[in-house]
Order: sequence, then C-alpha cells, then structure tokens
Amino acid sequence: MSTMTDPPQSAFRVSMLLSDTRYRGYTFQAIALFCLIIAMAYLGMNLVRNLAAAGLNISYNFLGAPAGYDINQRLIEYDSQSTHGQAAIVGILNTLLVAFLGIITATVLGVTAGVLRLSNNWLVSKMMSIYVEAFRNVPVLIWILVINGLVTQMASPREYRGDDATSSMWLDAVAFTNRGVYIPAPVWNDGSMIVVLTFFASIVAIFAYRRYVRNLLYTTGKLLPTFLPSIGLLIVPTILMFYIMGQPVGLDYPELKGFNFQGGTQIGRPLIALWLALSVYTGAFIAENVRAGILAIPRGQSEAAASLGMRPGRVMNLVVLPQALRVIIPPLISQYLNIAKNSSLAIAVGYADITATLGGITLNQTGRAIESVLLLMLFYLFISLSISAVMNIYNNSVKLQER
Amino acid sequence: MADNNTNPIAYMRETPLPQLDPPASEAGLGHWVRQNLFSSVLNTVLTLAAFVSLYFIFTSTVPWFVNGVWQSESIRGCREVLEGATGGCFAVLTERWNQLLFGFTYSDDQYWRPTLAFALLFVAIAPVLFVALPRKMLYFTLLYPLLAFYLIWGGSIYATISTGLGFVVGYLVYSRFVASSFALGLIGGVVAAFVTWWLGGFVVDAIAPATPFLEEIPSRKMGGFMLNMILGVVCVSLSLPLGIALALGRQSRLPIIRIICVVFIEFVRGVPLITLLFVANVILGYFLPPDTNFDLILRVIIMITMFSAAYIAEVIRGGLAALPTGQYEAGDSLGLDYAQSMRLIILPQALKISIPGIVNVAVGLFKDTTLVSVISMFDLVGMIRGPILASTEWNGVYWELFMAAAVLFFVVCYGISQYSQWLERKLATDHR
Repeated sequence: MSTMTDPPQSAFRVSMLLSDTRYRGYTFQAIALFCLIIAMAYLGMNLVRNLAAAGLNISYNFLGAPAGYDINQRLIEYDSQSTHGQAAIVGILNTLLVAFLGIITATVLGVTAGVLRLSNNWLVSKMMSIYVEAFRNVPVLIWILVINGLVTQMASPREYRGDDATSSMWLDAVAFTNRGVYIPAPVWNDGSMIVVLTFFASIVAIFAYRRYVRNLLYTTGKLLPTFLPSIGLLIVPTILMFYIMGQPVGLDYPELKGFNFQGGTQIGRPLIALWLALSVYTGAFIAENVRAGILAIPRGQSEAAASLGMRPGRVMNLVVLPQALRVIIPPLISQYLNIAKNSSLAIAVGYADITATLGGITLNQTGRAIESVLLLMLFYLFISLSISAVMNIYNNSVKLQER
Repeated sequence: MADNNTNPIAYMRETPLPQLDPPASEAGLGHWVRQNLFSSVLNTVLTLAAFVSLYFIFTSTVPWFVNGVWQSESIRGCREVLEGATGGCFAVLTERWNQLLFGFTYSDDQYWRPTLAFALLFVAIAPVLFVALPRKMLYFTLLYPLLAFYLIWGGSIYATISTGLGFVVGYLVYSRFVASSFALGLIGGVVAAFVTWWLGGFVVDAIAPATPFLEEIPSRKMGGFMLNMILGVVCVSLSLPLGIALALGRQSRLPIIRIICVVFIEFVRGVPLITLLFVANVILGYFLPPDTNFDLILRVIIMITMFSAAYIAEVIRGGLAALPTGQYEAGDSLGLDYAQSMRLIILPQALKISIPGIVNVAVGLFKDTTLVSVISMFDLVGMIRGPILASTEWNGVYWELFMAAAVLFFVVCYGISQYSQWLERKLATDHR
C-alpha cells in the first residue's frame, strides 16, 4: 500500500528568486519598481536643478492675479480685471458648453446618417457613404478651419444696415453674420420661476406615467398609449402656467445699433465653427457605430419577432433596438469622450476654452508652464475618467446575465 | 392502337414554350429606379431631398472648379484672369506645391532626397502588407529605417552605419542567449547595442569627413506634408513594440507592473494630444539634464509615440482578451515559460485579431499629426496657415489650399483603411 504525501517543501533559498516561478515575479516587480523610482528621481532632480538655474519655483499664486485679457464668449461674469483663476473657470465652462452642444448634434447627425446609410434608397445610402468617408479620413483640424472659413464668408453686420440692406434677419429674430449668430435671449421676470418649475415637474410626471403604464401592462396586460400623452405632458402644463402667470418669460431680440447687433445672445463665430466641425466629424464616426450596431443583430431576431405577430415599430423598439444599443453605446460614449478632448482644438480658431485660456494666454503671460499644463491635464483627466465611470456603470447594467 | 386508348390526353405540348421577357415593370432601368429610389413615400421624399441638395452642391462647386485659374503669380493675377467670375485660384497650388510638400526652409536642390525616401517606403512596406511577395524583400524593410534616416537628415554616413551596427550586434547577442532565457537574451542584446553605439560614437567623431556625401539637414527645416509623413510613420512604428509591451504589462499577474501600465495608459488616453504637445514644447526641457538640447521634432516624436502606444496597447489588450483561455493553458501545458508562450502562441494570434484596430489607430494618429501646427511647427496645415496665407501674394486664397490638404490626407487615410478592410476579409479564417 502506498501513501500519498505532498512533496517535501524545500526551504527558501536566495537563488529561487531567479529560478523558481513562484518567487521570480517578486524579483521582476522589485526591478521594475527600482527602475521607476530611479527614473522619477532622475527627472525630479533635473526639474529641481533646471528650476533653480532659471530662478523659478512651483507656485499656484498666479491663479489669483488679475488676468488682464478679455474673453468674448463667456457664460459667467468676467472682465479683464478678473483673475487667471476666473479665466480658467470661464474656459472650463466654455469647454463643457461646446462639448455638450457637439454631443447633441453629433448624435442626431450620426444616428440619422447611420440609419440612412442602411436605407434601401440607393442615392441616399451612397451620399451617406460619401459623407462618412470624407469626414472620417480628413483631420478634424482641417474641418474646423474650413468651417471657420465658411462662417467668415457670411454677411457682415454692415450688410444689414440702411434701406438697401442686402441681408435681413430671419423672422426678425435671428441674424447670421460673420461675427456669429445673434438669437433672442430669454428675459426672466417675476414668476418665471414657477413656469420653469412646472416644466421640470412635467418631466417627472412623464417618467411616472410611463412607469405606471409599464406596471399596468405587466400586471393586467392592458396597454395604454405612451407617446402622445408624453408629448402632451411635456408641453401643455408649461404653456398653461405661462399664460396663468401673465407671460413672465419674455424675449430680448437682437437689434442693429451702429455697426453691430445689440441685445439678444451672441453665439460667436469660433463657437459655431468648432461646434459644427466637431459635430459633422464625430457624426461620421457615430454613423459607423450605429450602422455596425444595427448590422450586428441577426436577421433571425427581427424575423422571430415578426413571426410572433409583432408590428414593425414594436419589433424595432422591443427586439432590435435593445440589442443594438448594447453594441452601439460603448463606442458612442468613447466618441463623446473624443468630442470633449477634440474641443481642445478651439485654440486654432480662437474660442476661449480651457486650453486657450489656461494653456494659452495665461501660460504665455505668466510663464507658469508646468503649473498650467498640469492643471489642464488634470481637468481633462477628470472629464475622461468621469465619462469612463459612467460607461462602466452602463456596461455592467446591460451585461448579459450568463450562467 | 391509338383508338384503344380510352382516356386519351386531349392535348400535350411536345416542345417547351420559349422563355418570355420579364414584365417591363420588373426589369430594366425603370424597375431599378422604382425599387431603389421611389419604393415608398418616405423614399421618394428622401430621393427628392437628395437631388435638391446635390443640385445646390454642384451649382456652387462646379463653376468654381471649371473656371479655376492654374497659372498665375499671385491672387491679384487670378482676379484679373477671372474678371469677376466665380472661380478658384488654384495657381497657389502650382506655385507653392513644393512648399506644401517640403516646408519653406528645405533646400530646393535636396527635394529628391525625401522624395526618394518616400518612394522607397512603398518598396519597404510592401512585403509587410502583402504576404504573397518574396520574403527576401524583408531584408530591405529592415534596412529601410536607416536608409530613410540618412536620406532625409543626411550628415556623416558613419553615424548611420554605426547605428545599424549597434542593431546587428544587439541582435547577434540576443540570438546567442535567447535559447537559454528570453530575458537574458533581451537584456544582453540591449546592452550590447548600447555598448556598440557608445564605442561607435568615438570612431564616428574621429573619422567624420569635413564634407559629408549628403549634406546634413537640421530637423527644424522639415515641414509640409513631409513632416506629417515623418511623424506618422516614425511614431506608428515606434509605438507598436511599446504598445505590445504595455498591453502585456496590463494583462500581467504581477500587481506592480500592472499598476504602472494601467496608470500610464489611462493617463495618456485621458488627456488630449494637444496637452501632450504642450508638454513637448514647453515642459519636457525642464525634465532633461540642463545641457541636453533635444530638438523640437524629437520631443514631439517622443510624446506622440507615447500617445499612440497607449491607444495601441488598448487595441492589443482587446486582442489578448479575445483569445480563448485554452490557448494560454495550451502554452502552459506544453511547458513553455511566459516569454515563449507569448512569443510563439499568444501574440501571433492576438496581433492578427488586432490588425484592424491598430490600423484605425494609425489612421487617427496620422490625422492627429496636423495638431503640431498648434505649437508652431510648419506641417501641411501649419504651412497653409502660416507662411502661405500670410504672404502678400496669396493672402485670401483659402478654400483651394485647405481642399488640397484635405485631398492629400483623404488619399492616404482612405487608402490605409481600404487596405485594412481587404486584410480583414483575407484573415477571416473562421467559419461563418
């Protein structure tokens, strides 16, 4: 009879750090850590020596000093007496603004183009292919500059003047000029708060209603319409409240005074150029993602749904889209990330985003290169990591539950 | 006998009928148009909208093209020729073509050098792209980086030879020791190469001729589309090995190595390229020893390589993750160590899956090389925005130049992506 025993455990010897796979990993990691520390120390020592030689130090006090430059496109109060820190905040808000606008239009454009590229209309699908290929294969910087040039070619405010004006405002409210687009600005009077609150309350009500409809469907099998009631809930209470409160929200129309338009809101030319260019460029990529996502759903899925007697709209909503979205959304979110990062090209057309304020004018005026670029990188890193975190949460929520 | 048949078949055709043409509504151009353009109300609306937009696009661009002026001294000359009619001033392209391609400080009589390097690039890259070509051509591919470097930068040929010698010695040492241990071979090869370069430095300085065979051209003179090509090709080739190393590091079981790789990859992917270029432009100098003087192009190459390596690492990580676990286990069960199983089993398959992704990164990177114009380097876009648009002759010519730039980039990028799709179809060995 034989007995089974573990092989005798040999005592640890120093040579096992190289020869034994159980311990070799520690050796490699120690070497890697050592090299990393040496490299960091080397770079750090160089930094200290270079800074000492140039008589510089690392300090963030410049953020509190007056900036001394003006920013045309801004969302918050800012003038040339404000500090560099405030200029950076204006830049951050501008980056977020153009990223937000770009994401919305790029999604609309991309989904439309992606769906149309799959259409059985030969002409339309070919045109969409040309759009996608043309924009995907040319640098976004070129598109930004080209669209900036297009906006520059629009009528100057001068052409709106006098009796023989060659241009006129659209609906007397919107003016397209080479300095940007002037649109009416809302004026918030007393009581406008209630209207806004009503609007938000009706959005909540829509979600509540849809939830009620779904529960009703699951418990009783009775299906109520959702689309029209949702639209109604969105519009009707707000409009009613608007008239009940005596029309508290007015509009401030842009008017031609002197050489330029006054009043209203100006959407500056750089913002328009950057916004449109990012939208059409990223839209082309999103179109490809959407097309790939729809093509990834086997035809059998929609055929199976049809054979169960579902109507085409419901096949799309309940069978194809939920599966396609699982494929589409992760690359879509990384495209959103690209919009946020590509918005740093604002510096090429003079849009005052964070790269142009903190990484451009502030850096050049104060000479604080290390501090400015570090803050700039941290900001973009924060945005990217937040978007990635959202994506991970989404991915986990739609992950197929496999056994 | 015939009348005995009680149930005769009343009629039977003995020859088949000739085939009829399909109905006119189901064939020919009319059918195609109805099927593809006007099959439903929505389709009809779409088609009409497409026609209207095509009409506007053509009426606004065709006269501009057809009336274009190709021969003129300046934009005023164009305007005189056009006499108020709509037309492009394409003369700027013919006049400044060399500047667009090579930048404005590169000597005229040396243009043949980058042109030759560009032409040889196709010879060098062909055996990599097309497996059907003779494998012997790969020797030229190995030689090409040195050749191209010497052609473009020039200077003492001994420096180039010494660089090549370092690689040869390193490879010999590596192949001598790799059989016993991969790590030993790699470290030995790297050390041997550096020793060779260090020794070669003395020799090259001693025997450098006063007038080199090819005149030395400093990198600050590089510009135009050539600069985009240099940055694109160099950075993609350098970032491939780095990306593979990062991807393997990120998949590693050793926590410290994994953390280093993850932090590097996520940091680089989280910031826009333009901030990395700012680093190359204004910050990198602070981190180098006080007496070193890297030129800007080298600093930019370092940062762009880091940038694309992080993206390539993510693509390859996808390839590594897509391999079935059985492949890793097969390597282990054959008794291969980590380096062997990666080199012989895992990476060949993972890289094959990752090729389309890598090509996508390469195309994106090539497009992103235009960003160097923001840190005032005169690449193609920088040339247009800087010297050409600012000159008195061509101030005001806008569309023609950017169109030309867009066409140049489109040709390269579309070509690469078409190749990638062809390769993807060819490599699709799985059954569908």
